[in-house]
Amino acid sequence: MRENCLKTVYELAKTDERIVFVGSDLGVGVLAEFKKEMPARFFMEGVAEQNLVGVAAGLAMEGHVVYLNTIATFLSRRCYEQVAVDLCLHNVNVRLIANGGGVVYAPLGPTHLATEDIAIMRALPNMAIVAPADAKEMIRFMHASVDHQGPIYIRVAKGHDPVVTTDTGPFVIGKAVPMRTGGEVLLVTTGVGLQVCLAAADQLAAGGVKAAVLHFPTIKPFDTEALHAHAEGAAAIVAVEEHTIIGGLGGACAEYLAETDLLASRRFKRVGIPDVFPSVYGDQAGMMRKYGISAEAVAATATTLLAARPKAVRIAA
Amino acid sequence: MTTTRLDERSKDLRRVIVRTLQKARRGHVGAAFSLIEIFRVLYDDVLRFNPQDPKWKGRDRCILSKGHGCLALYALLADKGYFPPAELDKFCAPDGILGGHPDAGKVPGVEASTGALGHGLPIGVGIALSQRIVKSDSRVFVVLGDGECNEGSVWEAAMCAGKHGLSNLTAIVDYNKHQSYASTKEVQDLEPFADKWRSFGFAVREVDGHDVPALRATLGALPFAADKPSAVIAHTVKGKGAHFAENNMKWHHKNKVTDQEVEALLAAIGEA
Repeated sequence: MRENCLKTVYELAKTDERIVFVGSDLGVGVLAEFKKEMPARFFMEGVAEQNLVGVAAGLAMEGHVVYLNTIATFLSRRCYEQVAVDLCLHNVNVRLIANGGGVVYAPLGPTHLATEDIAIMRALPNMAIVAPADAKEMIRFMHASVDHQGPIYIRVAKGHDPVVTTDTGPFVIGKAVPMRTGGEVLLVTTGVGLQVCLAAADQLAAGGVKAAVLHFPTIKPFDTEALHAHAEGAAAIVAVEEHTIIGGLGGACAEYLAETDLLASRRFKRVGIPDVFPSVYGDQAGMMRKYGISAEAVAATATTLLAARPKAVRIAA
Repeated sequence: MTTTRLDERSKDLRRVIVRTLQKARRGHVGAAFSLIEIFRVLYDDVLRFNPQDPKWKGRDRCILSKGHGCLALYALLADKGYFPPAELDKFCAPDGILGGHPDAGKVPGVEASTGALGHGLPIGVGIALSQRIVKSDSRVFVVLGDGECNEGSVWEAAMCAGKHGLSNLTAIVDYNKHQSYASTKEVQDLEPFADKWRSFGFAVREVDGHDVPALRATLGALPFAADKPSAVIAHTVKGKGAHFAENNMKWHHKNKVTDQEVEALLAAIGEA
């Protein structure tokens, strides 16, 4: 996914002179062709993320479309004020390519786990947040990213994830994608959580429970219309994300649903990382499993939730 | 270096600041008085700009990174016709465009919204790099505070500007030797200050920041080196021009400014 993301930056830059790339201290050889062919628009500026974001803002104020790449935690935690003030307040066209969203860097420990990036980026006016599920969706999004007005936080997964999206048309920023429709259960997800939810839906189907899957490759702007429409058809709604349960996709769903009458006759639950710094190493999949972000656990959560739905107002099948 | 007498234009600009202050009853007086000659010379003698077309591509970009010094910037922008002088009367008012920190989204002539310190130089580096990409001869000026230079982001940006040899970029530091709590020496000593900038790849000159002819000569000599960014360390006096406010931390930021205090400031300016 990361390779395809950066490769698309290169392809786009070849035909669009506004595009500039800014990196921190990325791996050797990253975007070598870009550097060789368009050296004036390629910057690798070191382990100084506050400066990187300010420089990107300055370039964007002059009309460039800036793709800035470094590790997600450094983009979200270290230079939050620069992101808020330089990018969001000025509403400039900087795209933050955030490597290792979620628990991709599980072996490296909590300093490198971007488990609250969606929450803190969501709180910033003008910021868009995108978390594609696979490489194909990332490429489609990258083409849509060029002419979007304002900053974008792009949550990049580990890479080599199975391709599970099926759309081939243009990516629309701000639109949720129904992957499976109809059913007592609605699974709402983003990023690589989509793999988990599709597998969970299969498991539920094997047990006779039909589950819809609504994928949010864009978390902000949040497609409340799609959430509302799909929630109406379900009795149990589960939001699944590789992120703390505080303030992410689940939080966005909870905020919206709580202000409607939908929860009077439905149950809702967030699945994600609890309010802790993960204390084990291992790998991404293992850490996700530990916190219930797996097909089995999501299916079990949905089944439990379905059984607990408000009986007095049970929806007719 | 810091006992320079003020001419009538410098006094008039300070009077504008005091009248602005009087309307809002608050403001960063010390910083504005410290900065006024720097902005006066920039706007009178150095910068290329067009108030009728604030976003004119060929302009020089000037960023006030120490946003709390905005009263000085507002005085010059009003003086040059970026907005009607009556706007100064609405400083910090709900229906005004001039806040306690400058907002690029509201004020014509303000390049970047600042207030949180340590943001102006990185943005200035980005703008300077952009001018290089598009082969423009526009220059970038960033005015920083001395206390602001405690921020690591200032030095991240300085390192970056030095690496790129951005001769179209000038950092001007208002070195009045005081920050909010106490002297810069006591809070976070910056010395050897000029050497710090030099070691980050800047060509450096020092100047009396209230001596208008000296500022003209210094800023008129930019760039100081053909292949380096320039830094001007302007030795200034916080509150310069009102003797009782000079180096007086109570006047760093003043709230509830009374009419008597306004009259005292105006009288002191007359004597400066």
